Amino acid sequence: MIDKFREDVLAVVDIVPSGACIAIGGFGSSGRPDTLIDALCDLGKRDLHLVVNNVGADFLGVGRMLVEGRLRRVTASFPILQEFYDEYFAGKVELELIPQGTLAERLRAGGAGIPAFFTPSGAGTMLTDGTFVDGYNPDGTPASHLPPRETRVFNGREHVLEYGIVADFALVKAHQGDRKGNLRFRYSARNFNPLAGMAGRHTFAEVEQLVEVDELHPDDIHLPGVFVDDVIVALPTSPKQPVLPTGPVP
Amino acid sequence: MTETVQSAAAPPAPAAAPRVGRTRDGIAERLAQDLRDGFVVNLGVGIPLEVPRFIPLGVEVILHAENGVLGMGPLAPPELADNDLTDAGKQPITLVSGAAIVDSATSFAIVRGGHLDVTILGALQVSEDGDLANWYVPGRNPAVGGAMDLVAGAREVWVAMEHVDRKGKPKLVSQCTMPLTGRNCVTRVYTDLAVFHFVDGRLRLRECAPGVTPELVRERTAADYIEELGDAADA
Repeated sequence: MIDKFREDVLAVVDIVPSGACIAIGGFGSSGRPDTLIDALCDLGKRDLHLVVNNVGADFLGVGRMLVEGRLRRVTASFPILQEFYDEYFAGKVELELIPQGTLAERLRAGGAGIPAFFTPSGAGTMLTDGTFVDGYNPDGTPASHLPPRETRVFNGREHVLEYGIVADFALVKAHQGDRKGNLRFRYSARNFNPLAGMAGRHTFAEVEQLVEVDELHPDDIHLPGVFVDDVIVALPTSPKQPVLPTGPVP
Repeated sequence: MTETVQSAAAPPAPAAAPRVGRTRDGIAERLAQDLRDGFVVNLGVGIPLEVPRFIPLGVEVILHAENGVLGMGPLAPPELADNDLTDAGKQPITLVSGAAIVDSATSFAIVRGGHLDVTILGALQVSEDGDLANWYVPGRNPAVGGAMDLVAGAREVWVAMEHVDRKGKPKLVSQCTMPLTGRNCVTRVYTDLAVFHFVDGRLRLRECAPGVTPELVRERTAADYIEELGDAADA
């Protein structure tokens, strides 16, 4: 009988070794799997490579991992947190900055067995031409750059080659889930969660509500249990700190 | 239009000069008049966020947010704020009737697949070739979000911005000096002074704001453009 529900969160996520690549769902704090992230922190996991859209605007979730010095590299579109940039410019954490749609599609592609694809996003910009610094030396000089992308013209427009992402592990958060691992998300807390879940070789899901099998109608399942290995119950969410709007555009 | 001749010796946009042209709300209001019934529209931060207030009655526009919302309504009042329902700026929002939610990959399929009629964005610089720089000021913290996908994928890219920057330097330039968001992507520019369209790869001045002369626009623009005011614009 398939039963993916696990009571002991720490025991479940302890299979993640330090140094692992982990895809994480969530957009800001919306749909962010804080219970799983906290468990990794409590277990002292370090040297992690995260694939995640944001590095918090608060010190919960991925922000907690950052301030505790657990990150080696972050693949993201919008890190936000000042403390992240301080570490990045000091050479303590690397930043692979990619357009948000490319991040979503790289996760989807990785989970779907598509090794690479061409996209127009980012063509002709410093994120794809080899000039973006993805890592600094401690003295603040550039240590490495994102590699220039292969390009190809389709329909008269330049496109860049982007690679699918397969992560060692994925952490996702859903509103409801059952013991088969079927998940249903709520409103825009869905965001990157189904994609991260697909991209993980081993996917952990935290659910706000553990429901009986068949309680979710087959038509209403957003991510089927085939993509999910372990289901835990999310700890009740603490009141979220207000998240300030922020953006690079004046 | 009033032909107020400006002194050629006037420095560009002196901070103390009396305001000419549209306010930031005025830019949003002017742009909103060009939205058509049924458009699917994505809004960047800044002036674009003011556009929905000015959408004419009878024009139904579907607002898209990159985090997977189609049919975004106004910001949620505190008592209705729900962290599971936010916009791309992570603010709690409401939904309008007929709304739909998708995951981030589908959200950007909407964008890149040509299903988004217009993206309305702020800008640091726009070049005469339609290049856009709006995501990164060198030396600051780099973050890109969905800007590069939006300009690569939306059918139209409308820029809403002040005509000159805070130091009075033109933002419409011959070549962008800031890092690019995308090449040859801008289709219209709405500023406090004027409205420009890109047609056949050339920047064209289509309208001056009330009380603004073509000479003033010329003085505060560092890009090459064709003047197509009045009747010519209707051709």
